[in-house]
Amino acid sequence: MFGDYSIGDLGSIFVMQGFAGLILFSVYVLMALGLAIIFGQMGVINMAHGEFMILGAYVTWMTSNLFQAYLPSLFSGYFFLAMILAFLASGALGMLVEWVLIRHLYKRPLDTLLATWGLSLMLQQAYRSVFGAREVGVELPQWMLGSLRVTDSIEVPINGVFVMCLTVLITIAVAYVLYMSRWGRQVRAVVQNRIMAGAVGINTEKVDRYTFGLGCGIAGVAGSAFTMIGSTGPTSGQLYIVDTFLVVVFGGAASLLGTIASAFSISQTQSTLEFFMSGSMAKVLTLLAVVGILMLRPQGLFALKVRK
Amino acid sequence: MIINSRFFNRSELMGFIALAAVLFVILPLTLDVFRLNLVAKYLTYAFVAIGLVLCWGYGGILSLGQGVFFGLGGYCMAMFLKLEASSVENTKIQSTPGIPDFMDWNQITALPFFWQPFHSLTFTILAIILVPGLFALIIGTAMFKRRVGGTYFAIITQAVAAILTILIVGQQGYTGGINGMTDLRTLKGWDIRPDHAKIILYFVEVVLLFACIGIAQFIRLTKLGRILVAMREQEDRVRFSGYSVANFKIFAFCMAAIFAAIGGAMFALNVGFMSPSFVGIVPSIEMVIYTAVGGRMSIFGAIWGAILVNFAKTSLSESFPQLWLFGLGALFIAVVLAFPNGLSGLWADYVQPRIDRLFASRRAKAGWADNSVADGAPAE
Repeated sequence: MFGDYSIGDLGSIFVMQGFAGLILFSVYVLMALGLAIIFGQMGVINMAHGEFMILGAYVTWMTSNLFQAYLPSLFSGYFFLAMILAFLASGALGMLVEWVLIRHLYKRPLDTLLATWGLSLMLQQAYRSVFGAREVGVELPQWMLGSLRVTDSIEVPINGVFVMCLTVLITIAVAYVLYMSRWGRQVRAVVQNRIMAGAVGINTEKVDRYTFGLGCGIAGVAGSAFTMIGSTGPTSGQLYIVDTFLVVVFGGAASLLGTIASAFSISQTQSTLEFFMSGSMAKVLTLLAVVGILMLRPQGLFALKVRK
Repeated sequence: MIINSRFFNRSELMGFIALAAVLFVILPLTLDVFRLNLVAKYLTYAFVAIGLVLCWGYGGILSLGQGVFFGLGGYCMAMFLKLEASSVENTKIQSTPGIPDFMDWNQITALPFFWQPFHSLTFTILAIILVPGLFALIIGTAMFKRRVGGTYFAIITQAVAAILTILIVGQQGYTGGINGMTDLRTLKGWDIRPDHAKIILYFVEVVLLFACIGIAQFIRLTKLGRILVAMREQEDRVRFSGYSVANFKIFAFCMAAIFAAIGGAMFALNVGFMSPSFVGIVPSIEMVIYTAVGGRMSIFGAIWGAILVNFAKTSLSESFPQLWLFGLGALFIAVVLAFPNGLSGLWADYVQPRIDRLFASRRAKAGWADNSVADGAPAE
């Protein structure tokens, strides 16, 4: 499959496809960051994570429509507000779900899978009733549309670079909150030993609720980024949920660094392979490689050494 | 080693008789052929549910990839039927007669090598059992020997389901793509489409279902079944007692895969087509849901779960397509939160004691057992 291209061409192809994969990488990282907190740290298998992402995408779509209708002069900046709103909406829904559903299930991780699957069905139907079954697309502001010309054969899309930068910022912020702040220490204490954390005076219920909300909120931001690579429909989130779980498991469930590394390798492999073969075969090969590696190294790329 | 001297205890015997009466007598007498065929379709999921009771309820291994095995069994059967339906006389108008129509549409001119053996019915029946069984053996060995279990296993089986679906849809020329294999006609010259054939197929399926119930019940009652339960509760203690935990898990997973494959093969026969929409993540999770609703600890409960949820799905989605997903979602949440042992748990908690009391009071009236009064005697 490489035979028809010269080495220079191949280099350009890899770079171009690499940058084309940047948005996919950003969506994966943001989805997986939220899931790494919810699944990796709290142990909840949140099958509705894709639906939280799609909520963020719908919020972004509504914000862009509002700006177009009432504030066309500020349209170029709508994306920043949309991301904040998406974070708040998904986070609030996440906290509600934690309070109603998840807090009863911390001792039964496999059952969270069934319950959140039910939740995802209900959310999908709710989106269908509210927003309609048709997929909606978001119009990008002018300054995000073009691409930067690096060399003759390499062009980099601006929106990809933009989303990428935002992803890096959000990742640093999450890492800071989890590893540096007092609240992050409480989160890690609670997920390591809920009873002991409660005994030393941490309000575990509150910490659980905010942690779950944070994970869902990041998924909402992922939804904002998602509007740039695909159109939003009620079932769009379901397509990403397996990939996201694989990203988290592949990276080593408890490690943020591993999550980023695995999101990068999976999205780049897929994006590069897509140039040489059909999209479906690229996906099959990528997933097969991930499953194969996981069978050889079940703990994922970066595993924390813990005693059970 | 203690083995129950009786194959079924009393409540299980009642469940067995009730199920046999409904499936063998009541439904065939009361339903028309169309509805009976629908029941046959629901029952194909009951095979999967039996497998999940063994693997998930008893063994504690949650597989989200049962659709893979259902699909493999179904596709093996469908490949045989499709080859028979695309004989040279039937496909004269194609540019290459004698190969399935979808291959012709995709410019494939010769039958691929892995289709060749499916000319033989014996091979097909062996393949229905062996292909999913071996596939499960490979996955199970790779995972359980390395002590991967629980949520990780669930997610990886789910990924396998996703991979197989994408592969089937992508390789249209070899598999029929998203439409699947349609227009299946005859089995060894016997037309499977008319009404009397549907009735015969229904009874064949019910007999097979009871055979599977028998096998599952046998496994459950032997020492093997006890080890499965012990493993679910305290895996490390079983390992330290000298049992090879991985091998027992692999066995349970393979049995579940084979049951699912039989269900898939019966699906292809009864419904007359097979498509990737019965393989992927969504159908796989739905199969787990049937089992959970019926009761993951009870073989009969899981079968009723498969029948009732599918019946509700058909009737609700016909009349209230908007409400159906809400109802289904709420059902899962309710099952998990309120009654984790499903319908059979509710039965055992609320209905069974009343029946027992009824029997007990009758016996007391007949003067069979005087001391049974003490049970209900006032405390003061």
